[in-house]
Amino acid sequence: MSALRAAAGAASGTAGAAGGPPPADDPRVALLTTQLKKVRYRADALIDVLHAVQDIYGYLSPEVLTTVADALQLPPSRVLGVATFYHLFSFEARGDHTCTVCTGTACFVKGADALMAGVTEAYGVAQGATREDGSLSLLEARCIGSCGLAPVALIDGAVVAKATPDALIAAIRTAMEASESAEDAVREAAAGEGGAA
Amino acid sequence: MSGGVDLFDLAQKEREEQAVYRRTVLCCGSTACLSGGAQATQDAIRDVVAEKGLEQDVRLVATGCMGLCSRGPLVKVRSRGEDDVLYADVDADAGRRIAEQHLAAGQPVEERTLSLEHPFFARQVRVVLENMGEIDPNRIEDYIAHGGYRALRDAVSTMTPAGVIDVVQRSGLRGRGGGGYPAGSKWKLLNEAKSDQKTVIANGDEGDPGAYMDRTVMEDDPHRVLEGMAIAAYATGAIKGYIYVRAEYPVAVRRLEQAIRQAKRHKLLGKNLFGTDFSFDVEIRIGAGAFVCGEETALMASIMGQRGTPVLRPPYPTERGLWGHPSMINNVETLANVPTIMRRGADWFANIGTETSRGTKVFALAGKLENTGLIEVPMGITLREIIEEIGGGVAGAKAFKAAQTGGPSGGCIPLKHIDTPMDYDSLLALGSIMGSGGLIVMDEDVAMPDVARFFMRFCMDESCGKCLPCRAGTYEMYELLDALVTGRGTAATLVRLETLCEVVRTNSLCGLGQTAPNPVLSTLHYFRPEYEALLVPDGAHLAGLPGAHVAAAAESASAFADGSERSA
Amino acid sequence: MAGVNLKIDGVEIEAPVGENLMQAATRAGVRVPGLCQLDGLSVVGACRLCMVEIAGTPRPRPACATPVGESMDVHTDTPRLREHRRVLLEMLFAEGQHICAACVASGACELQNLAAELGVDHVNFTPPPTRLEMDLSHPRFGYDPSRCVLCTRCVRACAEVEGAFTWGVAGRGRETHLVADLGVPWGEAESCTSCGKCVSACPVGALFEKGTSVGERRVTRALVSTLTARRDRESHREVLK
Ligand SMILES: Cc1cc2nc3c(=O)[nH]c(=O)nc-3n(C[C@H](O)[C@H](O)[C@H](O)COP(=O)(O)O)c2cc1C
Ligand code: SF4
Ligand code: SF4
Ligand code: FES
Ligand code: FES
Repeated sequence: MSALRAAAGAASGTAGAAGGPPPADDPRVALLTTQLKKVRYRADALIDVLHAVQDIYGYLSPEVLTTVADALQLPPSRVLGVATFYHLFSFEARGDHTCTVCTGTACFVKGADALMAGVTEAYGVAQGATREDGSLSLLEARCIGSCGLAPVALIDGAVVAKATPDALIAAIRTAMEASESAEDAVREAAAGEGGAA
Repeated sequence: MSGGVDLFDLAQKEREEQAVYRRTVLCCGSTACLSGGAQATQDAIRDVVAEKGLEQDVRLVATGCMGLCSRGPLVKVRSRGEDDVLYADVDADAGRRIAEQHLAAGQPVEERTLSLEHPFFARQVRVVLENMGEIDPNRIEDYIAHGGYRALRDAVSTMTPAGVIDVVQRSGLRGRGGGGYPAGSKWKLLNEAKSDQKTVIANGDEGDPGAYMDRTVMEDDPHRVLEGMAIAAYATGAIKGYIYVRAEYPVAVRRLEQAIRQAKRHKLLGKNLFGTDFSFDVEIRIGAGAFVCGEETALMASIMGQRGTPVLRPPYPTERGLWGHPSMINNVETLANVPTIMRRGADWFANIGTETSRGTKVFALAGKLENTGLIEVPMGITLREIIEEIGGGVAGAKAFKAAQTGGPSGGCIPLKHIDTPMDYDSLLALGSIMGSGGLIVMDEDVAMPDVARFFMRFCMDESCGKCLPCRAGTYEMYELLDALVTGRGTAATLVRLETLCEVVRTNSLCGLGQTAPNPVLSTLHYFRPEYEALLVPDGAHLAGLPGAHVAAAAESASAFADGSERSA
Repeated sequence: MAGVNLKIDGVEIEAPVGENLMQAATRAGVRVPGLCQLDGLSVVGACRLCMVEIAGTPRPRPACATPVGESMDVHTDTPRLREHRRVLLEMLFAEGQHICAACVASGACELQNLAAELGVDHVNFTPPPTRLEMDLSHPRFGYDPSRCVLCTRCVRACAEVEGAFTWGVAGRGRETHLVADLGVPWGEAESCTSCGKCVSACPVGALFEKGTSVGERRVTRALVSTLTARRDRESHREVLK
């Protein structure tokens, strides 16, 4: 599904940018409409639709939530209630890169804390936050199901297995350097991967 | 038979096609091995096969998880008339060598092989995982060639619903989602409910952080889940099925979607299956990151697009479930047992395991062990056998301390109980639970109060917030545990913690709150001295507390207690 | 009407099938504490203050959500229940900031009454360091989140009786909180009809009429119950058809 966002990002060049209402010819609007039609505007598909919004826009903004509430004929209070209940929905744009440290039991036992602390210190970004320059978000995940390779982390969706703090810090640097030299569209696509992980 | 596929034809054709090849290379393409570089391995092998012009001779299959994830990527070579050869730690270079030596010249690369007699494999009994590492999860033909969908066809065309339920009841199959409720009895309840809008739901939320049994089944043998659901639907009179998958499992979602499309194309799902008037359809619903959605009433709320907050039971889902219609929730692994039980018979299944816990259990073996990965063992095997034989013992010459089963709802099993048989009742007697299959081994370096705090933080983060005991209680218990672990706890802290455990356990609305105190109670029971060693003398702890605590508490107490009896 | 016989705290009582233990207890002259239940609204069983013991069942059950049964032997006030209720109330106080001396509902507050009844006179838990900001944007009413006990009576009154769905529950766990529409200030919530049913349903002083001062709460909690009772009766009247 993250391909949706990559497509929209490449077309508009501003995936996930904050600010006022999107222009009428914003391709993301068409993507969302397609998605709404696919679920036939059924209210019980709200969670699916919110996933689509997050894929397309990168995060849930009040404007888009209003659109969704109108389209599914749901009270806004219910839409917000559902969106804020589930941890995977985000209300802010993510950084260009995302590092997700697994804090499940297997990874905890094998030292997930040290990974988290290592990244926090090396990049000055708190758990669950995005760096001020928007270059990196540090998230936690509850078991990504690779416990046999614990401790694990994800960088923009790619698994770093049996990680050590140093290896993880180095892998983040590699990802950041790679994108510096790349095209904007490529960077958007990578951030989209991270958002979907 | 009108409308139905002829499964025998399909299976026969597929088997003939497969038999053309002299060698089959089974490459583990499961998530764990893929993150270990399995794609590069496959590519390397494919390249050499192409270079050497062996395409007519060698079949390359990306299979599901072979189990020993810590030694991945794993590759198995099967040659006509020879024993299987298993390779471990196969990176791209090793893959190339295996292709050049073994595939092209018939010489196994000895130093990379791992004996299939290795206790990790030899001690396992495979029912749910019987196809793992054997079939290509992307191809329905491969599943059918391995006997798939035969159980469904036979049930629908030759058995009554009551007959199917009878088999499941006699097999002794109990729910694998944690509670251990007899599957046959649940099916009977739904069967007896009067409605033409019944649903069956496969619970693939798998919230225990450190477990991935259900994910593996959904990703690597998706048709097995569909077949189990369809048999359940036939037995209970359900017309619709939902699979609820957590959003963290995108591969499982893709594989299941594909499997549903394939099954529909072959008329194994849809209207009038096998020429009868039995119709059944399956839809996937994706979660969005909420552990509590594994609880059945919360799961149904989430399927209906709502906040995943549990509701009071009774009424049970089999009376009033999705959109008010009778529904039945079974765990993915429970359903995945069903096709094999139907095919091989209730007696065969009931012979595996123990008196009250029939069959096998899949565990995700993790933590400080030599071998970690996914295993399926007969119920009643001892923890020692799992750890020492299958797991190869604790890693790095450290001593075993405890194993945790049941994740945040479970408890720990200390060394003195290492010979306990793993079955529902024995684990319950120890203050733990079977749970859904997470099995985490901890060595001497792990501090148990830390473990308790870890699980309590999990429960606090995952509490849905609806009922007071869990919403506030998990937070307060976490604070007390944190005070203890960080040297701010007194004897009174410990007393308070135990009181809270009791209050939260007794009064919470759903299983999350009711079981959240378990890891604390269990570690306290077996490792109390570790907690006591953390205590500081009374008074000393005040120094470490924010001053606001005492003052604010006193202020609000005197403020609201106006007019009420004061004892202090 | 079909009825059952049961015993509540030793009092024998006959109850119609379908009644819950809370209602039966009230008729038997036994008051079971509770915050989230309000006659006329759906039952959520969330505050867990009404837990009662039923002989022969392993764990206590919420009286508001448990139907009466033949020959039930119900105990509503055992030492264990009292102890648990006290701890629950303490935790409730520690979740918010309850300064009765400054509250409109003082004297008419269900939480305050419960604390007095159960003898809760000190809180062993740490309350949050700061008060949350009040929402005074609505022309007639105010909302003080620090006094909210998350009973969701307002949410249900707004949805089930008024049909406006202005109030909703957002967040989860300890972050659970109320929102108006899409999280806007109450005064900007387009769906709000200013009917005041939520205010009348609130057991504490979290929702209040502006212009009332300490201890001056005027709205009556019976309002919502009266309205729903009337509605349900009227709907049976042939004359309306
Ligand atoms: C907080 C909580 C989380 C749960 N999580 C799961 C889960 O992830 N998977 C699951 O199958 N059952 C889970 N359960 C148990 C389900 O409610 C339900 O009992 C189970 O799916 C029934 O299937 P079974 O009878 O086949 O075991 C959970 C229960 C609770 C209270
Ligand atoms: S026990 Fe916890 S998760 Fe369950 S209903 Fe209560 S608050 Fe929600
Ligand atoms: S505002 Fe009042 S009625 Fe609404 S949830 Fe809070 S305490 Fe309950
Ligand atoms: S606990 Fe980290 S992958 Fe499972
Ligand atoms: S009044 Fe029964 S749970 Fe709140």
